[in-house]
Amino acid sequence: MLEKRIIICLDVRNGRTTKGVKFKENIDVGDPVKMARFYYEQGVDELVFYDITASSEKRKIMIDVVARVAENIFIPFSVGGGIGSIPEIREVLLAGAEKVSVNSHAVRDPSLIEEGASLFGQQCIVLGMDVLKDDSMPSHYRVVIDGGRKPTELDALAWAKQAESLGAGEIVLNSIDADGTQEGYELTVTKLIAEHVGIPVVASGGAGKISHLLDVFTKAHADAALIASMVHFSTFTLPQIKSFLHKNHIPVRLDF
Amino acid sequence: MSIAVVDYNAGNLRSVETALKHLHADFFITNNPEKILEAEKLIFPGVGEAGAAMNVLKATGLAQAISNFYKSGRPLLGICLGSQIILDRSEESDTICLALVPGAARRFPQHAGYKVPHMGWNQVVHDGSHYLFQGIPSGASFYFVHSYYPDPSNKKACITETEYMIRFCSGLCLDKLSAVQFHPEKSGKYGLKLIQNFLNLSGL
Repeated sequence: MLEKRIIICLDVRNGRTTKGVKFKENIDVGDPVKMARFYYEQGVDELVFYDITASSEKRKIMIDVVARVAENIFIPFSVGGGIGSIPEIREVLLAGAEKVSVNSHAVRDPSLIEEGASLFGQQCIVLGMDVLKDDSMPSHYRVVIDGGRKPTELDALAWAKQAESLGAGEIVLNSIDADGTQEGYELTVTKLIAEHVGIPVVASGGAGKISHLLDVFTKAHADAALIASMVHFSTFTLPQIKSFLHKNHIPVRLDF
Repeated sequence: MSIAVVDYNAGNLRSVETALKHLHADFFITNNPEKILEAEKLIFPGVGEAGAAMNVLKATGLAQAISNFYKSGRPLLGICLGSQIILDRSEESDTICLALVPGAARRFPQHAGYKVPHMGWNQVVHDGSHYLFQGIPSGASFYFVHSYYPDPSNKKACITETEYMIRFCSGLCLDKLSAVQFHPEKSGKYGLKLIQNFLNLSGL
């Protein structure tokens, strides 16, 4: 039986892990490679690195991080954040990432998905989408870009379906309303998208308690759940999360 | 004990290389058919589309080299697409494949509640008899990403099974050729163990 994936997200700026990662354990929390290795040993199923480096000349630092991560962990990982061209996708994949996540650039130019999928395979191209509740939209959710700052005219469900038909292999669905609240994933939009596309949907934004993951799997049918601060701050550990889910009959990878 | 890794622009070449380096394997990556035949073992990775992959393999002479390598009785490990292309044919783009193992690669049927590609960690069940799975418990999880699966004509060729809407053959073997549908190079310690088991096998 296919297991539900627990994916940890790490924000990287200028080659260093950011976003107030506070570990009780004695490891260098600023080093994305050490962080990746730590979570790998704890049994994370997949990792996501978001490059929040502002300038493109510093992109090389991220490529170096990707290459070093690839040498140290033997599970899939993806890279996102400002990736907007085929050469950039190629560079990240060649450095050792399995998948590349495209977001705002794909909204501005949807052919990025199509071309990326045909060149590198559907499984390589992840659509990251940020959505905001908006009852004026047909699905009641609007796509927003540029880190949630800029609203678009795209309906969330329509965009998800379009991205699937263009060749996206997976969708990471982030609710701007829920993001940072730690009050749980936005179940309505997650369920809506997960039930209407044929590709895996990763829920993102809002996880603060272990029960939130159980909810997103059982009530919203997400294929995977993205978590960040709940483990970065050592509020919970991965083994705790997985054992709770297992006790609640969610198939998760326990022996790793 | 030199191992050739076939380079035909497969998507996971880099990951396979990284895993082999991590295990301190004596290997080289090549797209040269003659070099392949000099190796003691062969790894045939693969992520991509069957039709496009076969076109590259035929145009470069690698298809013939892989067949000759197999016929010489030396150990060969196929990964992902490498476990499909060894069959007679694939339903993907209706492709004629290498025909080393009788059978076909089939597309997962449409089934409510099941997404295709089959992407993520799933259990691999085996009876413990095959050398690749030594030290790996039956039911251990491996990472999969695929829309087609190998369906060998002779079910005895199946060494592992995995369940995703159907029970499919996730690992197969014929003579010294073994192939797995999942990605051992991306499956944590058990994946590395499987690759190590292949490295440990005495070649001739």
